[in-house]
Amino acid sequence: MFATQIHGDNGKMKDYHYTGPVEHRFSPYSFNGGTVLAVAGEDFAIVASDTRLSEGYSIHSRDSPKCYKLTDTTVIGCSGFHGDCLTLTKIIDARLKMYKHSNNKSMTSGAIAAMLSTILYGRRFFPYYVYNIIGGLDEEGRGAVYSFDPVGSYQRDTYKAGGSASSMLQPLLDNQIGFKNMEGVQHLPLSQEKALQLVKDVFISAAERDVYTGDALRICIITKDGIKEETVPLRKD
Amino acid sequence: MVTEVGRVFTGPSSKMALANVLQSESVDFSNYGRQRRGFANGLYEAELGLDSVGGDNLSFAIKTACSDADGPERKIEFLHGTTTLAFKFQHGVIVAVDSRATAGAYIASQTVKKVIEINPYLLGTMAGGAADCSFWERLLARQCRVYELRNKERISVAAASKLLANMVYQYKGMGLSMGTMVCGWDKTGPGLYYVDSEGNRVCGDLFAVGSGSMYAYGVVDSGLKQQNLTVEEACELGRRAIYQATYRDAYSGGQVNLYHVHSEGWTRVSQSDVLMLHQQYQAEKA
Repeated sequence: MFATQIHGDNGKMKDYHYTGPVEHRFSPYSFNGGTVLAVAGEDFAIVASDTRLSEGYSIHSRDSPKCYKLTDTTVIGCSGFHGDCLTLTKIIDARLKMYKHSNNKSMTSGAIAAMLSTILYGRRFFPYYVYNIIGGLDEEGRGAVYSFDPVGSYQRDTYKAGGSASSMLQPLLDNQIGFKNMEGVQHLPLSQEKALQLVKDVFISAAERDVYTGDALRICIITKDGIKEETVPLRKD
Repeated sequence: MVTEVGRVFTGPSSKMALANVLQSESVDFSNYGRQRRGFANGLYEAELGLDSVGGDNLSFAIKTACSDADGPERKIEFLHGTTTLAFKFQHGVIVAVDSRATAGAYIASQTVKKVIEINPYLLGTMAGGAADCSFWERLLARQCRVYELRNKERISVAAASKLLANMVYQYKGMGLSMGTMVCGWDKTGPGLYYVDSEGNRVCGDLFAVGSGSMYAYGVVDSGLKQQNLTVEEACELGRRAIYQATYRDAYSGGQVNLYHVHSEGWTRVSQSDVLMLHQQYQAEKA
């Protein structure tokens, strides 16, 4: 798709002012929207994404989830430019296979995160336009979330939202999971049920206010017993 | 009209450090970077802040690599927001950093580790592009380890900083953004070097890097007037300097991470939330 729109903040269309004839160059990127969220608990991790694939004012698909299963204990959520998301996940799958064949074991979440950082940095001068969040269990069975920027900077978090509605979701998570800006509140550890309900509520709110988020919500719950998937409908408008 | 995209992947002919490490995805950077940098439209990277402070020879401002001819299209934004400082004193080196990463006006994270532990006696700080700093310093750690194995002795701070400076010099002009301080203790005593992606490498007793650096300099300069600081006083000076910088600089904040480098290596002294420090200092004033 030849994308010649002018993209402002977060890839949304800017107001077009007529400034005279402007030469439009081909842009190899396009912004396909979508929001991804990951939460780590004591012995579980949740990775959730909406399933809307958009471009400009159109919706390409209402059933294009952004969570990809990597191993039995790791799921990655990728949002941004869908073309790069697909290629990146293919490359990660290939590298996982290579590792498995060379080392006779699956890659751990931390190792996948470190590897993804170097894969992304390898394209430092023509980046993958993808915002990644990895959710999974670490070697001790505790939940782990790793969030990335497009060129590979990463860190381990307890929770992170990425994608078009990230700036709406993140503050809510800071308050509800991180207990930020609250005084005199008991810091209870996050249970799986509460985390699940929070994820659903938070996406329903995002779908209300972000045009690129909606249609359905795909949730992957990772525990030591495996990965369970759940789909919840969201606003379709 | 559009042909450059296909030319990027010309095979691993480059001898550059980056291509050597990433053999399966290596890209020939030597040609690519010179011609085409305008593709990163609308990308926000979490950045840790390198700002143009005062100009002169030590120019910290890393302009985006893309030329203005691209018109209204967005480039990768190098966004500013950090304060890191390090100073030598009688008992070693104090390294203090904030922990905020911004992407535009959005605070991407308040818990970034801006001090990179290269090895048990060398530290590197992070300012500028987060990915650039962490990648190159991780590569530096690997080079330092190779040096140790080859020469059966620890690498000096001067040599480590030189390795880093030479690695990034090959990419000069291609848009890397990195301002780091390499701090350590070697057989000549405490060592502190400032290295950046412009090619600067300077030895010194005191450096502050980032958008909040001017505020930090003010505090540290006045604190260092007093000679013979104890370890405790020096730590408090570093902590206070970062706190003051976060107070006045919108792009710095989060927590103050403090490290002390001494003859046995480095020690993580403290991690203090800026809000807590604020309440503590307010209480002390009263």
